[in-house]
This record gives sequence, structure tokens and C-alpha cells, in this order.
Amino acid sequence: MPVFQNLSNALVLASTYILMAAGLSMVYGVLKILHVAHAAVYTVGAFTGLVMYTWVANFWLALFGAMVVSGVMGVLIYRGVYFYMLDAPRTVPLIASIGMFVMFTDLLQKKFLMGPYQKALPVEGAGMPALNVGVVSITSTQMLILVVTVALMLGVYLILSRTRIGLGWQAAAMDREMAGAVGVNLNRVVALNFFLGSALAGAAGVLVGAYNNSVFATMGDIVSYKAFIIIVLGGMGSLPGVIVASILLAVVENFLVASVGYVLPRDAVAFLVLILMLMFRPHGLFGRE
Amino acid sequence: MSGYVISVAIFVGIWVTLALSLNILTGYAGQVSLGHAAFFGIGAYTSAVLAVRYGQPFWVDFIAAIIITGVVGTILGLPSLRVRHDFLVLATMGINFVVVAIFKYVDFFGGAMGLVNIPAPSFFGATFRGGTPYLILVWGYVVFVWAVSWYISKSWVGLAFNAIRLDEDAAAAVGIGAARFKIYAFGISAALAGGAGSLYAHFIGSVFPDTFVFVESIAILSMVVFGGMGTLRGPIVGAIILKAAPEFLRFVQDYRFTIYGALLVLMMLFQPMGLLGDDSWLWQLLKRWFGKKTVAPSEEVAQ
Repeated sequence: MPVFQNLSNALVLASTYILMAAGLSMVYGVLKILHVAHAAVYTVGAFTGLVMYTWVANFWLALFGAMVVSGVMGVLIYRGVYFYMLDAPRTVPLIASIGMFVMFTDLLQKKFLMGPYQKALPVEGAGMPALNVGVVSITSTQMLILVVTVALMLGVYLILSRTRIGLGWQAAAMDREMAGAVGVNLNRVVALNFFLGSALAGAAGVLVGAYNNSVFATMGDIVSYKAFIIIVLGGMGSLPGVIVASILLAVVENFLVASVGYVLPRDAVAFLVLILMLMFRPHGLFGRE
Repeated sequence: MSGYVISVAIFVGIWVTLALSLNILTGYAGQVSLGHAAFFGIGAYTSAVLAVRYGQPFWVDFIAAIIITGVVGTILGLPSLRVRHDFLVLATMGINFVVVAIFKYVDFFGGAMGLVNIPAPSFFGATFRGGTPYLILVWGYVVFVWAVSWYISKSWVGLAFNAIRLDEDAAAAVGIGAARFKIYAFGISAALAGGAGSLYAHFIGSVFPDTFVFVESIAILSMVVFGGMGTLRGPIVGAIILKAAPEFLRFVQDYRFTIYGALLVLMMLFQPMGLLGDDSWLWQLLKRWFGKKTVAPSEEVAQ
């Protein structure tokens, strides 16, 4: 039955979408900023993972390093740019974000960083077992992606629901000003927000790089547009919404391509969905007016 | 003037009209668009298809490009009725991708190979490609677009755009139909960009989908933001500087998008109104140096 195989492939795709979109959704939830530069964070994560992997040849160290670098980059983006724009009209941080995205993507393409070519990231599952149960076979790399995603999302859930600063984050996501008024340290909460979200994006970059065995400077573009579609579908700023929407998008994409092929490229179809979505259900599939 | 300088001046002129037309939508009406290159492309492809497939002369192509792009822009502006602020930005980004994908994957538009052999315009039997007459044509269009922008900024429509940009709900509360004026802004802005596309297609002689991609939209937006959104002078100066600089400075050519991106960030951090916006230090300085002469009343209204 190819149905189950498609489903498991879709789940792997959905995992990478979740890691990518979670950060975007978190930033939107707290700051109401469309963080376009998140795509650059994702690419920087993949690039760091690649560099570390060629140095130490240990996937887990590379993943960890990539997450730290991306996380720090996210915090720097917040502290260096968005921080000064919190009270400005919403177009101001948005345009700045677009600027950062274009700047980082262009810089990464230069020879002294990544160059314009694709580079291999031959991780091969990093010691994860492959699974083969009759109808479904999961390669070791796929297994790696699933395990890492579940572990990371569980970690984020624990941080946000069981720690003091996590509770502060929840309060800030509901109402930033009110949270500040009752004594939540907004600077720390927002910094944590950017660190976690960006670290997840970095992990996504490394995992996608490992899955496709290729890392390149513009790899963030399409994923980030899809992440926007996901946060719109999932209702902006909701993490459970992100998970459901990621799975939905991945399943639809996989089955469409498997059954009818496509007339327009996948991404154009995804964007058509986005435009229709925005026109008819601007608050997301599950959002309320 | 050498041929090279004339070509650069023609390109700069085309991009000045693009920046001015985006300014009507983004600067006046406050709707940030990341899809302006799509309208530029629609104009160029309308012209190219009419010229190559149907053998129409330049003037027919040019007028048709303006009209058709305006109509398409009006239709594509419809999401703006439901979607506000940053969601609209996502929609315009999507529009850009879908339009480019259509150019690329539909054979009628020549696919990835584009459309070539677009004939040069002819005036009373004399055909020419480029050269001083084309330069005059392009800058004539610049004056036209400038005049439209100026008229809008002075008119009732411009006031309505201002109101929508500052506070849509308040505008609606005092009886300004925000929906209607947003659609106007999309339509006018797209139509003017369509004219620029037509001029571009007939100048280059060929159109390719990759010319009209998302990053080009960003480049146009950079010009508007850098110069000063919502003013008449800003987009003109921004487009001239950002379009001409890569031609003359090797470094700028190599790092074009790094510089565009950095400019967007720096402007937003330090001069959100742009280089020549009303609050910018440069404009204040000019005002102090040259007194009232530099501040035409029209500019103040345009803001």
C-alpha cells in the first residue's frame, strides 16, 4: 500500500516544516512581527551544521552547534534590530526584516562563505536505525528527522509550560503590555522566544540539509514561504496550530504530487492556496475572528 | 552622450517610474507590496505577446500593457480587502511567485526561454532601438508618472489614501470607503508599472520570467524606502541612486542585494522616513540651507 508510505514520507516533511514554522509563529505570537529573516537563520543553521560536521564529523555536535549559532543569531536580530522598532508602525520591522533576509541570503552566496553551489552533507542517519515493517519503510535519515523533531518539540513544550520564564512567555503571547505590567521581564522573555525559535530553525536547516544531502545559500527561500503558509493556516501565533497545519500541508503536497503530478510547480500551488486562504479564511483554519 | 550612458539613463528612467508607481500604493495608501515586479512583468509580457504573437505596433502594445496590467492589478488587489498589513504582504509575495510561475510554465508566454525578437518601436517609419529618442520617450513617461503621482497627492483621492494609511478604521469611521480606495491604489500603481514593463520589453527586445522575480520587487521597494516613502522626490532620487550606482561602481554591482538589504535595515533603524522624507536629517538640512524655496506646498501635502 503506497498510502502508508506516502503518509510516513509526509510526516518526515511535516517535521521539518514544524521546526521551521514554530519559530515564526512564536515571534508573531509575541511581537506581531512577520519575521521574514527567519529563512536566513535557517540557512545559517544549515551552513554551521555543514562546517561543524566537516570539522568534527559528529552529527550531534554539529546539530548542537548549529542550534546555538542560529539561536544566538536570532537573539542578535532581535536585540540589534527589532528591539528598536517595537513601538513603530508594523511596516517598519517588516521592511527591516525583508532587508535582513535579502542581505544575509546574498552574503551567504559569496565565495568566502557558501558560494553559489550546493554542498553535500552526508550524514546518513547518524546511527539511527532504519525501520521496515511490511507496508512502511523508514530510512535511517528519516528516522533521525522524526526523532530529533519530537525531542525538540517536547523540549520546547517543557520549557514553555514548566519553567518560570516559559510561563512569562505564555503571558506575553497573550498580551505583551499586560504581561510587562504584572512584572514579566519582557526583554528576557522575548530573547528566549527568539533563541528557541531560531535554534529550532537551525535544527530544521541541518536536518533538511542531511535529508537532501545538500546545503546551499538559497535553501531557505521556499521553506520560509511555506512556513508562512503554515502559520496562516494554523492561525497566527499558535503552536498546536503549526503542528496540525504542517502535517496537513505535507500530506496534501505529498498526495497531490504522488497522484496527479503537477501543472504548476509545487511552490506556486502552495502560494495559490495561501492567497485563497487569506481571502476566504484570513484567521486560519482554526482561528477565530 | 555615449551609447552606454544613454542605456543606463533609459534603465534608470524605467526604474524611476516603477518606484513612483509603487510609491502610490505603498507610500500614499500605505499598502506594502512585495509583488511590484509582477506588475512590471505583466506589462512587459502583454507588450511582448502583442508584438511577437499578434504583430501589433508599439503604441498599441504600450496602451494595452497599461490597461491590462491595471485591470489585473485591480483584480489582484482584491485580497487587500480581506487581508490587512502583514498578511497582505504575504499575499503580494505569493502573487509575485504565481505570476512568475505562470510565465515560466505556460508555453504561450514562451516558458523559461521567454519571448524574443520584440520589434523596436517605430515613429513615422523610422525604427530605432535605444538611442536618444528612446531616452526621451522613457523620460517623457517618467514625467507622465510623476504628474499622475503629483495630481493624486493633491486630489481628494490622495487625501483618502493618506487617511487609509494613517488609520484605516478611523478613515472608515469618517465615511471613506477604504475598500474602494485600496483597489484604486492597486489599479493605478499596477497600470503605471505596466507601462514601465512595456517600455522595458521594447527596449531590451526580449522578456524572460527571471527578470520579474521576487528580489526585483525588493529592489523596487528598496528604492522607494531609501529615497523616502510617500514623497514625490524620494522614489525618484532613490531609484536614480540605487539603479545607477551598480553601473558605475564594481563593488556595488557585486554586492547589490547585500547593499539593498542593509539599506532597508539601516533606513528602518535610523531614518524610517527615508533619505528625503519630511523628518529626515538631510531634508531638514536642505530646508535650513535653502529656506522655503525647497519646500513646495505640494510636497508637504504629499508627505
